[in-house]
Amino acid sequence: MAVEERDPYSGWMTTGHEWNGIKELNTPVPRAVWFFLGLAALFSLGYWILMPAWPLGRDYTRGLLGLDQREIVAKSIAEAAADRPWLGEIANKDFPVILADPRLMADIRQTGRTLFGDNCAACHGQTAQGGPGFPNLTAGSWLWGGDPADIAETIRVGINSANPDSRTSQMMAFGRDEILPRTDVEAVAAYVRSLSNLRPAGTQAQIEAGKALFAANCTTCHGEDAKGNQQVGAPDLTDRYWIYGSDLQTVFATVWGGRQGHMPSWQGRLSPTDIKILALYLTDLRKRGS
Amino acid sequence: MIAELTKNERNGALVILAVLTVVGLVMAVAGYADPFGIHGGLVAIAALAGIFAVISGYFAPEPTLARFGEYYDTPSKIGIGLAMAWAVFGLFVGDWVAWLLAYPNATFDAGWSSFGRLRPVHTTGVIFGFGGNALIATSFHVMQRTCRARLPDQLTPLFVLFGYNLFCILAVTGYLMGLTQSKEYAEPEWYVDLWLVVVWVTYLVLYLRLLARRREPHIYVANWYYLAFIVVVAMLHVVNNLAVPISFYEAKSYSLFSGVQDAMTEWWYGHNAVAFFLTSGFLGMMYYYLPKRAGRPIFSYRMSIVSFWGITFFYMWAGSHHLHYTALPQWVQTLGMTFSLMLLIPSWGSAGNALLTLNGAWGRVRDDATLRFMMVAAVFYGLTTFEGSFMAIRSVNSLSHYTDWTIGHVHAGALGWVAMITFGSIYALVPWLWKREGMYSPRAVEVHFWLALGGTLVYVLAMWNSGIIQGLMWRTYNDSGTLAYSFVDSVVAMRPYYIARAIGGLMFLLGAIVGSWNIWMTVRMPAPVPADAGGDQPAIALQAGE
Repeated sequence: MAVEERDPYSGWMTTGHEWNGIKELNTPVPRAVWFFLGLAALFSLGYWILMPAWPLGRDYTRGLLGLDQREIVAKSIAEAAADRPWLGEIANKDFPVILADPRLMADIRQTGRTLFGDNCAACHGQTAQGGPGFPNLTAGSWLWGGDPADIAETIRVGINSANPDSRTSQMMAFGRDEILPRTDVEAVAAYVRSLSNLRPAGTQAQIEAGKALFAANCTTCHGEDAKGNQQVGAPDLTDRYWIYGSDLQTVFATVWGGRQGHMPSWQGRLSPTDIKILALYLTDLRKRGS
Repeated sequence: MIAELTKNERNGALVILAVLTVVGLVMAVAGYADPFGIHGGLVAIAALAGIFAVISGYFAPEPTLARFGEYYDTPSKIGIGLAMAWAVFGLFVGDWVAWLLAYPNATFDAGWSSFGRLRPVHTTGVIFGFGGNALIATSFHVMQRTCRARLPDQLTPLFVLFGYNLFCILAVTGYLMGLTQSKEYAEPEWYVDLWLVVVWVTYLVLYLRLLARRREPHIYVANWYYLAFIVVVAMLHVVNNLAVPISFYEAKSYSLFSGVQDAMTEWWYGHNAVAFFLTSGFLGMMYYYLPKRAGRPIFSYRMSIVSFWGITFFYMWAGSHHLHYTALPQWVQTLGMTFSLMLLIPSWGSAGNALLTLNGAWGRVRDDATLRFMMVAAVFYGLTTFEGSFMAIRSVNSLSHYTDWTIGHVHAGALGWVAMITFGSIYALVPWLWKREGMYSPRAVEVHFWLALGGTLVYVLAMWNSGIIQGLMWRTYNDSGTLAYSFVDSVVAMRPYYIARAIGGLMFLLGAIVGSWNIWMTVRMPAPVPADAGGDQPAIALQAGE
């Protein structure tokens, strides 16, 4: 039974229904609601007329403005490229010429930082100083050559990557593969650490034995002077930079189980110019650091 | 609980549970080499526990016909308990993942505790666990009152409630084992989805049966919203989860859709889950508990109609605004954007209808934290729907998309609107259901209110700041014409806001714990008055065959 009554507070009538004590007022919808609903509908109508909006089977209404998001993107990419004329210079000039040009190097420093941050920092760190398993790029000797062209090539092909041109290298597992017995591995580790005067040092006997073992087993890659070989990516063992760590246990683990680092190939993921920028950025980073 | 079931219902429960046990065992045996088998074991254990529970009460005397003179509130009571348990659990995991963003190592090096697995545990825990249980519990209560009819039987509501919670548990345990469909808010795998279909259709049928029994000539607004919630969620769930399992005894499946069609289906689902799960159902809650608590008539019946149909019609189109500037054709984006804009008016209609209903009761809003919860919820509903329409504009979206602004927007809605209206409704409902004069500690309600409001504000402000900074950093160019910041730069810039957000979340969690304690103490309070329903009775007389 609908019994309308007047709400004493608002003065409006109720609808006459009641549910579990809840009543409803018959207040008209405020004009503002209709106004804004109409306004929103009008805006939408206008937008539909101007922009791509309604499907028509295989096609759709293109809109009077003729805007298309793909064309707009292509256009803004072209405009952005026009904003960066220096990129063309990077692509066409040789490394020494660019390195000698302060104007271009200013661009390299700005752009290289974000390129490095977005692509390389996950492994080599924000400041390019590396971490366990990932070489420090700001100091120490390079594994595969520190010439900008060499760096660019390493970035392009990667190390032990899937790229057919990949740089490949492997430190053999002398202990695990039973090339050397445990005591010999310990001796080699002691000798290698003695090259950088690390403490605690091994016994003199160990170091002597290690030296002989090193000459017989390691010099092919690391060289007679243990200064490494950039042709095969063998690191310098006499400097104070260590990729995997310099403590006895880690050096032992390296000789015992071998190492095979990995760096992805960036060909196809970064443009040749981007790779060039990164190589220049790293060269410059090291120059500024030293 | 079992004593309230008739003999036939007890037998029915045993049959259902026996079938479920067998299904669980078959799953466990067939899928022993897969997480599927673990889930089978879980189903069997849950069903066996149910069988023990039914048998332990099996020989209790049957309920008398006097039950038809009362509403059936046991499922609502259990549902409130479950909702609060899920709230504490879901908010705890949410705060954990919030801290993970500032301190990424806080995972104990385990697979199950990685961010990618915990995040859906949080979203499912709060949306489906907390929100879903609260919706089921309140819908049973509201439906009965506004239809003046008792639920048609005792078993179906319990089946819906416990079946739904089994779904939630399977979903959450699945994520921890690494099972996911990789569809946001639709992560559970195919067999869990199938189970939810069974439960949800039962819920719909139960709702329609009750509606058919109603002793009111008109259907109250709250029930329109609850019905929209149930119907649309069924539709969304079925379509978005269409998938082909790789075998019938393995958990993995592949979606029927691929590429941009998959994305569009997912966000049609995702946005309408926001619309019909997180909005429609909770509007149903608001339309009952707010006027009831305020003691005021609804401001405008006409506005209820305009808002309801506006929301129901416009929301359906809005999903594509999640895919602006993607491979989605631009015309679909246009429709998503324009319908999102038009949606603002009916949304504000609902928020305005709620706030204007409080005219004449603002004194109570000031004094009563329960009503204040609901008032603040309506305000946040208005704010969030404005923000949502704003962010749906393509040029705004190009700044806000993929940033924390989105997270802030979602939480303004989830904490400010959904959780606040739920807490307000539960604080109103608990004393009514357990026939207490009020909550055990009105002061604790007040504490909860300020913790919830403070936590929400800290959270949302932190995410607005971080989101806009992020969006700006991603589009800032340097003199060379290239991007000024790397992605990691923006992550570093976010850190203080991530810590602030985690603190806001912690405040919200603490509030929920205080609330749970208060509800528990209220339930344990001695009943003051001997059972006098005080008019809280169904109108329905005994019907033939009952």
